[in-house]
Parts: sequence; structure tokens; C-alpha cells
Amino acid sequence: MFRVTRRYQFAASHRLYTPLVSEEANRRLYGKCAQPYGHGHNYVVEVSARGPLEAHSGRAVDLAILDELVRRQVLEPMEHRNLNLEVEVFRRTVPTSENLGVEICRRLKRNWSTVFAGDWPKLETIRIQETSRNAFEIRADEVE
Amino acid sequence: MFVTRKVEFSASHICRNPELSDEENRRLFGMAANPHGHGHNYVLEVSVEGQPDPVTGMVLDLKELKEVLERTVVEPFDHRFLNYEVPPFDRVIPTAENVARDIWWRLEPQLNRQGRKLRLVRLYETPDLYVDYLGE
Repeated sequence: MFRVTRRYQFAASHRLYTPLVSEEANRRLYGKCAQPYGHGHNYVVEVSARGPLEAHSGRAVDLAILDELVRRQVLEPMEHRNLNLEVEVFRRTVPTSENLGVEICRRLKRNWSTVFAGDWPKLETIRIQETSRNAFEIRADEVE
Repeated sequence: MFVTRKVEFSASHICRNPELSDEENRRLFGMAANPHGHGHNYVLEVSVEGQPDPVTGMVLDLKELKEVLERTVVEPFDHRFLNYEVPPFDRVIPTAENVARDIWWRLEPQLNRQGRKLRLVRLYETPDLYVDYLGE
């Protein structure tokens, strides 16, 4: 059995702020990430999929299909965007790396079977880094 | 407990299935199907599972693992054109998956001894693409 991991990058801005608590509580919770005009990151997203070899290609994952799925669902809508304003779900939820990772995982999972028609490969995990110092990993079976 | 050791080698390859059309090869493998080949700095991580020996405190002698990797992987693969110089890649497409599995097959008989087991072969073709082979 193989697990293939592909790394993608995009740059985007965000602001961590929730209207559910006070200004002061936001500042305490999110620190500099709550500054009113937002700030940006170079996000690194690793997508891992598991599967057996396909006989005709000697590969476990068709990378052209995976790249196109990630381009359409993640890179195109998020690259050089303000996540809070331009990605619908973050009008209602805080774009922390946790929530962003879950959103990316959800987008890939929902559209997976329309591009990968057979039983394999299966989406396994999404790993996201906002900076090189913190990483968040989400298993596909943890999200709807 | 897992012990992981990393080595690097540089090699060239072509990913192409002779039974498919040029167009289909291009769709499947992209630029990796270019006829004259291209190269990568491969990074290999090998993980072995075992328990520390009560006397030495080691799962295995890393010096010995280093020698096994050098002899079994680096020597035959480094600065070679895989399709032309490293069997079975004269007839098996040297995708990262096939190379990782071939390395597993080469290493397993040498590492699976004294209660130790090879658990993971991780092969980076580039920093943006790596394959884990986890055994059958």
C-alpha cells in the first residue's frame, strides 16, 4: 500500500476575530492576529492520499487529476485572497489554521469521487502550515 | 519504537509506458515523459521498528544501517539513469512509487532480523512530492 503526499502553497490574508466575545477578549485570544486590517501568510498545504498501484501508470495517485482538483477547489479561490471577505465560509467562522484545514479537507472530500471514480485512491489527510513553526493535520474521516 | 535514517541520491529517469500513446503518456506523467529523461535529488527516509537492546540501549546500530543504505541504495542508484542502468527499471516505470517499493524489497531482508521490522520507506522525488511505501 502506498501513501502519496503532494505539497501546495498559496498566499492569503486573514484576520482572527470573533464577534462572539469582546474586543479585549479577542485581543487576548488572538494577539496580533486580531489587528483590524488583517495580515498574510504563505500557506503550505500537504495533501496525502492512499492507494495501491495502478498497473498502467505504476502510480498510486494520478497527479494530474489531484493537481487539477486542488487548483480548482483550493488554490484558485484562495490564492492572493482575503479569506475573511472572499471565502464564503469565513464570513461566519474564524479563519484559524484549524478551520482553514477543515474547509480545505471538506472541499477535497466532497469533490473527490467526481474526479477519482474508482475505490482508490482515498483522501487520507490534509496538513496545513501557516508558518514553518506550526502544523495542523486533519484526517479526512474527521470531516463531513 | 521507530528509528529513521535519511540518505540522498541523485538520479535521472523517464516515466513513460511504451504501450500508451504519446498523448496519454503526456497526460499521465506530464513533463516526466520527455524522451531524453531528467533528474531529481531523491531523499530517502527509512524507518525501522524495534525495542532498544537492554545492554546497548539501541534498536539497531545506526552505523550498520548507514552502511546497509550506502551499499544497497546509494551505490546502485546514485548518479545513474534508472531506466538504463538500474534493473528492473528497464521494464518497470521508475515512478516514485515503484522506486520506493524496489528499495523496500532490497532493504527488507537485511533489516528484518533480531525482532526488528522495516516499517516505512519514504521517498521524496522533490520537496513537493513524496511517496510512502508501507509494505504489502
